[in-house]
Amino acid sequence: MSISLAAQINSILAALILLTAFGLLVQRRIYGLLHLFAWQGLFLSISTAVVGFVAEKHHLYISSLITLVLKVIVLPYILHVLIMRLKIHREIETVVNVPITMLIGIALVIFSYSLTSPIRELSTHVTKSTIAVALATVLLGLLMMITRRHAVTQIIGFLSMENGLFFAATSATYGMPLVVELGVGLDILIAAFIFGIFFFHINTAFDSLDVEQMARLKEED
Amino acid sequence: MTIFTLLGVSFIGALVLAFVGDRKFAPEINIVCSFASFVASIVLALQVYQDGPFVAGGKFFFIDAFSVYLVVLTSFVSMTTTIFSKPYMRRERDHGRVGHWGMRFYHAMFQLFIFAMLLCLLTNNVGVLWIAMELATLATVLLVSLYKTPTAIEAAWKYFILCGVGIAQALFGTVLLYFAAEKVLGEGGDALLWTNLSQISGQLEPTVLKLAFVFLMVGYGTKVGLVPLHNWLPDAHAEGPTPISAVLSGLLLNIALYALVRCKVLVDGSLGTHLAGNIMMGFGLLSILVASFSMLRQKDIKRMFSYSSIEHMGIATFAFGLGGPIATFGALLHMLVHSLTKSSIFFTVGHASQMHDTQEMSKIRGLIRGNPLVGWGLMLGVMSIVGMPPFGVFTSEFLILTATMKDAPLMTPFLLLGLGVAFAALLRRVQPMVSGHIPSWQHPLKASHVPVILHMVLVLVIGLYMPNFLSRWFHMAVELLK
Repeated sequence: MSISLAAQINSILAALILLTAFGLLVQRRIYGLLHLFAWQGLFLSISTAVVGFVAEKHHLYISSLITLVLKVIVLPYILHVLIMRLKIHREIETVVNVPITMLIGIALVIFSYSLTSPIRELSTHVTKSTIAVALATVLLGLLMMITRRHAVTQIIGFLSMENGLFFAATSATYGMPLVVELGVGLDILIAAFIFGIFFFHINTAFDSLDVEQMARLKEED
Repeated sequence: MTIFTLLGVSFIGALVLAFVGDRKFAPEINIVCSFASFVASIVLALQVYQDGPFVAGGKFFFIDAFSVYLVVLTSFVSMTTTIFSKPYMRRERDHGRVGHWGMRFYHAMFQLFIFAMLLCLLTNNVGVLWIAMELATLATVLLVSLYKTPTAIEAAWKYFILCGVGIAQALFGTVLLYFAAEKVLGEGGDALLWTNLSQISGQLEPTVLKLAFVFLMVGYGTKVGLVPLHNWLPDAHAEGPTPISAVLSGLLLNIALYALVRCKVLVDGSLGTHLAGNIMMGFGLLSILVASFSMLRQKDIKRMFSYSSIEHMGIATFAFGLGGPIATFGALLHMLVHSLTKSSIFFTVGHASQMHDTQEMSKIRGLIRGNPLVGWGLMLGVMSIVGMPPFGVFTSEFLILTATMKDAPLMTPFLLLGLGVAFAALLRRVQPMVSGHIPSWQHPLKASHVPVILHMVLVLVIGLYMPNFLSRWFHMAVELLK
C-alpha cells in the first residue's frame, strides 16, 4: 500500500467519523444512536490500523484492537443491556432546533480547522490533515452533551468525545505511549460501569432518564 | 521502595475494604491504612529533604519538594478524615441514610481515591497524571451520590458529566504536548516524562505549546473549580457525605492545581513569556470575585463553604500565575493552610448538621452551648479561613497581597474586595450559628474532636512560627517553580 493511498483511505475514514458525529447530533432514536456510535468506533479502529500499517508503528495495532473491543463490542453491548433492562429501547427523544444545531456543528468544524492549522503545518505525518477532524469530533461530542437532555444520549456524546481524543492521538502523534492508551481505556471501562449504575439510580429517583427534570439544585436567593 | 509502599497500602487497602464490607472493624482498617500511608509519606519526605529530588521505578516516578509536600498533606488529611468519618458514618448508618452496600462502597472507594491522588503526585508521566486524575474523579462520583436522594444523584451526575468533559479537554492538551515533545525527544513513553520535558523546554514548538496550555487550563481548571468552570463543585460538596466534602475540598482541588502549576511552569519556561501565568491570574481573580459574592446568598452551610473553597483556590491560582518567589511561596503555603483549615471546618460542619439534622444555616443555632468544641472549632476555623491573624491563612494571604502590590498593583483592589466580601459573608452567617441558646431540635452528639484540634493547632503554629524545615522545604519548591 503506497503512502498516498493510505492517506486517502485515512481521509475517507476521517470523513466517515465526522459524518457519524453529525449523525449522533441529530439522531432521535436510542437504538439509532447506539448503532451510529458503534460505527464510529469501527471507523476509528480501521483508521488506527491503517495508520499503524503505513507508518509501521506496531503498537498502533494494539491501540486499534483496544478500540475495536471497547468501542465496538463492549460498550455498545453494555449500553444495549442497559437499554433493554430499563425498557427505553422505543424511546424517541425530542431534539429541538435541528437546523441550528447543525449550523453550530459546521461552525465548530471550521473553528477546528483554523485552530489546528499551526499543527498541520508542523506535522510531517501522513495523517496530518485529520487532526482537525479529531478536534471537531471532540467538540461535536461536547455540543451533543449540551443540547441533548437524555442521560443515555449524554453518555454517548461523552464516549464519542473519547473517540475524537483517540483519533487525535493517532493522527497527531501516531498514538500516545502504550501505557497511557491502556490507562485511558481502563478509565473508560470504569466509567461505563459507573454510568450503568447511574442510569438505574436516575431512573428510580426521577422515574425517567430525562435529565431535564434534574433542576432541583439551583442557586437560591 | 517507599513509593511502592505508599501506593500499595492504599490500593491494597481499597481491595481489602471491598471484601471486609460493612463489618464492625472496617473503619479501623480504613484508619490503619491511612496511618500507614502517612508514615510512608513522612519517610519519603525525609528522603527528599536530605537527598533532593529523585526518580524511581525506571523513571516512572518522580518526586521533588513540590510534590512531596502535597503527598504528606494528602496522606495527613486523609488520615484525620478517616478518624472523623468513623463516628460520623456510623451515625449516618444508624439513621438509615446509608445501607450495607453503601458502607462497603464508601470505605473501598475512599482508599481508591487516596491511591489515585497519590499516583497523580508521584508519577513522572503527564499521561499517567491524567489517568490518575480521571480515576480520582470516578472514585468520588459514586461517593457523592451515596445517599441516593434525587438531589444527591443530580449533583453526582453533574459532577460526572462536567468533570468528564473538562478532563477530556485536558487529554487533548496532553496529546498536543506529546506532539510538541515527540519532535524533540522522539517517540515513546519518554516524551511525556516531566523530567525530560523540563530539560528540553526551550526547544518545544511555541504555537503548539500555547494551544496545549489552553486545553490543559480548561481541563484541569474544571477540576480546580475555577470560575466559570465551577458549576459542579458546590453541588458535589453539598450533597455528598461530609468526609467526602472534606477530602474533595481539602485535597482533590489541590491535586488539580498541582497539575496546572506543573503545566504552567513548563509552558512559561519554554515560551519565555508570561502567557500561562496571565491566563491563570485572570481565572484566579474571576474565581475570587464570583465566589465571594456567591457566598453572600447561600442558605446551605456546606454550599457556602464550597464557594469559599473556590475563592481560596482562586487565590492560590492567582498567586501561582503572578509568579515570583514571594507569591509562589505564599501560594504553596496557602494550599497547605487552606487544606488544613477547610477540612477542619467541614468536620465541624458535619457535626453541626448532624446535631440539627439539617444543612440549612437558619436552623443551626447555639452551637457553643450545645457542644463547645464543635462551636469553637467552627468559629475559629472560620476566623482562620477569612484570614484573621494569628492563623496561617493570614500569613499566606499577606504574602500574596504584598507580592501583588509590588508586581501587579492594579489587581490589588479587586483582590482586597474579594477578601473583604468573603470575610463579611462568612462571619455574618457563622456568628448566629455558634452563639445564642440551644434550640429545641438540637440533640447532643458524640463527636470526634481530635482531627479538628489537630488541624487548628497546626494552622495556628504555622501562623505564629514557621518551622525551619517547612520554610526550607517551600524554598526548595519555589526554586523548582521559577
